[in-house]
Amino acid sequence: MLDKSYYEKVDEIVAGYGDESRYLIPVIQDVQSEYRYLPPELLKYIAEKLHITEAKAYSVATFYENFSLEPKGKYIIKVCDGTACHVRKSTDVLNMIRDLLELKPGQNTTDDMMFTLETVSCLGACGLAPVLTVNDVVHPSMTPEKVTELIYELREEAQA
Amino acid sequence: MRISNREEFENVQKQAKAAMQAEQYRILVCAGTGCLAGGSEKIYNKLLELAKAHGQNVNVAVEFSAEAAHNSDGSCPVNGECAGIKKSGCHGFCEMGPLVRIEPLGILYIKVKEEDCDEIFSRTILAGETIDRLLYKINGVSYKAQEDIPFYAKQTRLVLKNCGHIDAEHISEYFAVGGYTALEKVLFSMSRDEVINCIYDSELRGRGGGGFQTGYKWKQVARQKETQRYVVCNGDEGDPGAFMDRSVMEGDPHKMIEGMIIAGYAVGAQEGYIYVRAEYPLAIKRLKIAIEQAEEAGILGDNILGSGYSFKLHINRGAGAFVCGEGSALTASIEGERGMPRTKPPRTVEQGLFGKPTVLNNVETYANVPMIINNGVEWYKSIGTEKSPGTKAFAVTGSIKNTGLIEVPMGTTLREIVYDIGGGIKNDKKFKAVQIGGPSGGCLIGTDLDLPLDFDSLKKRGAMIGSGGLVIMDEDTCMVEVARFFMNFTQNESCGKCIPCREGTKRMLEILEEIVAGNGTLEHLDMLEELGTAITDTSLCGLGKSAALPVLSTLRTFRDEYVEHVVDKRCRTGVCKSLCQITINPDKCKGCSKCARNCPVSAIEGQIKNPYTINQSKCIKCGACLDGCPFGAISR
Repeated sequence: MLDKSYYEKVDEIVAGYGDESRYLIPVIQDVQSEYRYLPPELLKYIAEKLHITEAKAYSVATFYENFSLEPKGKYIIKVCDGTACHVRKSTDVLNMIRDLLELKPGQNTTDDMMFTLETVSCLGACGLAPVLTVNDVVHPSMTPEKVTELIYELREEAQA
Repeated sequence: MRISNREEFENVQKQAKAAMQAEQYRILVCAGTGCLAGGSEKIYNKLLELAKAHGQNVNVAVEFSAEAAHNSDGSCPVNGECAGIKKSGCHGFCEMGPLVRIEPLGILYIKVKEEDCDEIFSRTILAGETIDRLLYKINGVSYKAQEDIPFYAKQTRLVLKNCGHIDAEHISEYFAVGGYTALEKVLFSMSRDEVINCIYDSELRGRGGGGFQTGYKWKQVARQKETQRYVVCNGDEGDPGAFMDRSVMEGDPHKMIEGMIIAGYAVGAQEGYIYVRAEYPLAIKRLKIAIEQAEEAGILGDNILGSGYSFKLHINRGAGAFVCGEGSALTASIEGERGMPRTKPPRTVEQGLFGKPTVLNNVETYANVPMIINNGVEWYKSIGTEKSPGTKAFAVTGSIKNTGLIEVPMGTTLREIVYDIGGGIKNDKKFKAVQIGGPSGGCLIGTDLDLPLDFDSLKKRGAMIGSGGLVIMDEDTCMVEVARFFMNFTQNESCGKCIPCREGTKRMLEILEEIVAGNGTLEHLDMLEELGTAITDTSLCGLGKSAALPVLSTLRTFRDEYVEHVVDKRCRTGVCKSLCQITINPDKCKGCSKCARNCPVSAIEGQIKNPYTINQSKCIKCGACLDGCPFGAISR
């Protein structure tokens, strides 16, 4: 059971939209931006509020890539692997980060909950390829060298 | 204030124009996603600070009072000297960002840094001088005026006209450049049928991919018995390598909104939805601001400009599903469902959003509407080709010198885009192919360079314009790997509804992965063709129907590269890492240690003045050593 404040937050978000099933996506988007993930306990509560089944809420939440039912790290790194970034060698950047963060295959969040590594298909910043974002801040023209520096800086920042 | 009649609107527009003209100078700092990443926010703040410190009356808010709205002499609502320091939308020349444009001089400064701001202010703004160092240069020529730069000179910017020239976060700026004139004309002097016929006669075709006639869609929606109708804008620009819609939404959101209101009026809809990708936070922010300001001004909401017509606009954020770019999946997503396409008919124009007749067009299409209304059908049809009138915005990316967003008349050749506007291939490498239309498109090669880019020529060639992404590939690009990349993309994005697409793309991807890993056989190539044809023939929606296209088109055009991968176990470009090894030639190596210092994973070992060696188990084959070796001792 989550803290009461979580449920109150949901009440507040739902009140802003209305209790119709069509608002499911905006509601869970707002919940996710609040907690950086979608606590499964809340999904059941949201389903009740919007008068839909829990199964329906799950089916939508698991269909869209943006929703995560697992907690994410403090820094969410999204490496763009769109076509333009791909032909400008974004895979090297991605592999470098995986190595630096010592992520095992299938693992996307570091054990210390500091970093979550994701790929996105296109950030629309193709002119600066390859790009990545750290908590939505765009870092242009990345290379394995630059990303090494970046991760180092983020670790310093986290400790400070 | 809300504008409540036509006369007030005209007065407000006059005053917005006067206010813009009253500015002694205007500095437009590009605040598109690209330039922001380059630090343009800091540049903006610095210039603003400098102008204020110099005692300038900066960015005077143009407030329209009821009193001002009754004043028809067009006098400036701002007293005394003033200046504008504005955050503009994307100029399209992202490669050269951060960009700063200075008016009325028409100067474009490129790659501006915060440190340059003092000089820009003292020399250019106060003394009228040009700073040569910050100008765009090519072949020894410096270009002072933005319009003369080859990248811009060869373009016809109509949809993107205001992008980079106005502040997208203030509706007064859009008024000042004549914004919402088309809406005024439509609401007060055109019947619904006249509007539909105008768009129908212009033969405007949908800019989102298929190239379906916009006016025809509108006609069909207007014809339905059901009176509850919707206007939906597809801003789910999911094709990797395409960002023209993002630029319009970020740089000139009102133009698209104006097009949507006109569409709503024409088909008798009272409500509209804009579906935007969640990956475009800035576009969402700017659209929200634009809608708020339009509501305040009486451009949206009840009784628009006192005409009696009402229209409301909502924004829906996508949630990361590429398939939602497909019409029926998009409307399902707005309804709060899983974004899965459905069988048609009934088509969207009959039963679209919430089961009601729906006009669904993309951002660029709506942005074309106001100028067709303003300038007329004849004018519009004089641009582009006979069957594809108008212009098209293309996002030119990949291995090209001038990456960015361009707009050219339909029918412009690939050669003009790649060499004249794009400046040629990056690092003067050889042109190999261009991927057009994203993962659903096809590859064009050297012999297609003189092909005119319009809907029909490309269709004949087995490709499509799609949303307008052009990814240029040079000789270092492995086409097999590119095909694998696209298959990986579509496989990930397949919604899972149809078995051929869900299972077929997975099997194709497995085969391609085997090939790039060095385990491919010739039989694999036949299997790819067979699977690809079956998926194309049996899938329901556009995603599945086109999923195999990149593989099938590269198999046709670059079969020799596939054969090389499966028979010779060789990748000529060195991209497929399993098929290559980087080695140091001990005869050429002088032992300078540069490569060892460049190596990001410390895989190169050795002693100074003795030949170095690469530890293959550590090597990630990034090639950092390769480019840096002064003796050319390292090779793949």
